[in-house]
Amino acid sequence: MNRSRLAANAVAVAAAAVTLFPIYWMVLSAVKPAGEIQSLQARPWTLAPTLEHFRRVLGAENFGRYFLNSAAVALSVVVLSAVVAFLAAFAVTRFRFRFRTSVLIMFLVAQMVPVEALTIPLFFLVRDLGGVVPGVGLNTLGSLVLVHLAFSLPFAIWMMRGFVAAVPEAIEEAAMIDGASRAVILWRIIFPLVAPGLVATGVFSFITAWNDFIFARTFIISATHNQTLPAALLVFFKPDENDWGGIMAASTLMTVPVLVFFIAVQRRLVAGLGGAVKD
Amino acid sequence: MTTLATTPAGPQARARRAGPRPRRRDGLRPWLYLLPAAAVLLPLLGYPIYMLGLLSVFDYRQAQVSGGEPTTFVGFGNYATLLGDQRFWSVLGQTVAFAAALVVATLAVGATLAVVLSRAGRVPRLLLSLAAMAAWAAPAMTGSTVWMFLFDADLGLVNQVLGIEGFNWFYDRWVAFGVVGATVVWHSFPFVMVTLYAGIQAVPASVIEAAALDGASAWQSFWKVLVPILRPLITIVVIQSIIWDFKIFTQIYVMTNGGGIAGQNSVLNVYAYQTAFGSSEYGLGSAIGMVMTLILLAVTLLYIRALHRRGESL
Repeated sequence: MNRSRLAANAVAVAAAAVTLFPIYWMVLSAVKPAGEIQSLQARPWTLAPTLEHFRRVLGAENFGRYFLNSAAVALSVVVLSAVVAFLAAFAVTRFRFRFRTSVLIMFLVAQMVPVEALTIPLFFLVRDLGGVVPGVGLNTLGSLVLVHLAFSLPFAIWMMRGFVAAVPEAIEEAAMIDGASRAVILWRIIFPLVAPGLVATGVFSFITAWNDFIFARTFIISATHNQTLPAALLVFFKPDENDWGGIMAASTLMTVPVLVFFIAVQRRLVAGLGGAVKD
Repeated sequence: MTTLATTPAGPQARARRAGPRPRRRDGLRPWLYLLPAAAVLLPLLGYPIYMLGLLSVFDYRQAQVSGGEPTTFVGFGNYATLLGDQRFWSVLGQTVAFAAALVVATLAVGATLAVVLSRAGRVPRLLLSLAAMAAWAAPAMTGSTVWMFLFDADLGLVNQVLGIEGFNWFYDRWVAFGVVGATVVWHSFPFVMVTLYAGIQAVPASVIEAAALDGASAWQSFWKVLVPILRPLITIVVIQSIIWDFKIFTQIYVMTNGGGIAGQNSVLNVYAYQTAFGSSEYGLGSAIGMVMTLILLAVTLLYIRALHRRGESL
């Protein structure tokens, strides 16, 4: 092993340690007894791990409910955006039509829209919508599903394109000759074939919806039982003293699901990125 | 979450480049498949953008929202107010400066670690990849809370290790920006690292070996060989980073408690939000949002041009 390889290894391990440290500290603080968190000599380990913060967070602070709310919103977005994105991706990869390029450019531009700025019009839109359809007005989880569906869709379509294009057209033609209807070809043959793409795309949609803070904070005003995790986390910040044990336990609850998802698809993710270069 | 406008390649890419085969009697069929997407995007993305523009030319405040006063058209009045407001210019200035610093820092860290990854052994490489994935996946909210805790004045590990208990990192504007910036870089360097690492992997080893044989140092071969080859990819990473860093909201909002002391850490996004929902100046807030949108639109057009230059066919 030469010197440069050795140096690279050392830097890589050091960088990994620094990068991972905040996450380690979060999980550690979540299981540290309150006394140790209050200590002015913090130790990077604990000999008396406890679930007291998790119990408080899930019990008194009702985070179990918020967790389920977040999960319900995120999973609804994943399912809806998978179906809608698949159809749209099918349209732009399998057909040639007027304005096809314009449509694609619009999907690309839509990804860059500063969604935070849209909180203002969307607040009024959702408020008015609630007067007509109560399920998607302010203070409802439905409103969050709608806006996140809209925000995750352009990227989902963009990403699905490649996966749909990878399915050989010969398969469709063969099915057509065998007398399969268009619906059967679409849902029974092509849809299952792009499943890996749906998983990868779904993870991104899930993360967008799961991590959202600003819309949950803006739309869910009075109905605290419809709060989602990121916005609910703010209850632990108090003017005089922050409940760090609770904050870290709630943060851990919020981080673990996305971490699991992300690592599950990381191979596909890296492969996808690698492909961008060979293009 | 940074969005990646990259698509899986290999056979897919080739199929895409060939383009869809023209079919007879297509007619309205593709539009039928696009209908659900349009049904979601037009009312929930297109219409709000239109509405944002509309609100920005009206005097729209709490009184108008509750119906107490009629809404009046003020033309570019809100924009004139902004342009004449020194605070707007200072927020715009620090938004640009903060985003620029973030892009440079993210790129420096990401590119360095990408090169490190390409030279490291298997186990260190796996370790760093996994750690980066974890930082990448962590929600902006939890990243913010953990870094806040680490930098807490009394109970934070950083102050205890440095022996400066009681020092408040969020008191001074630039120190606070520094801590928030570190959090953002921690979140966003993995995207740059993974993308550039993938790029480096695609460069034939023989090219680097040839440079080494010609007597190039590692530093020279990075700047004179790798960077030029990867330039298209670097352009895309830079533009993605600009878009992402310009839109920072959660970290600023949470870590500096809504924009810092007297709003000193405000960036455009937070400023628009606070103007609208904090001060109930919805018209003025929308005007700030429009400024934001136009700036990002300009960056996006650059992005599309960069994609085109790379030869990616839509």
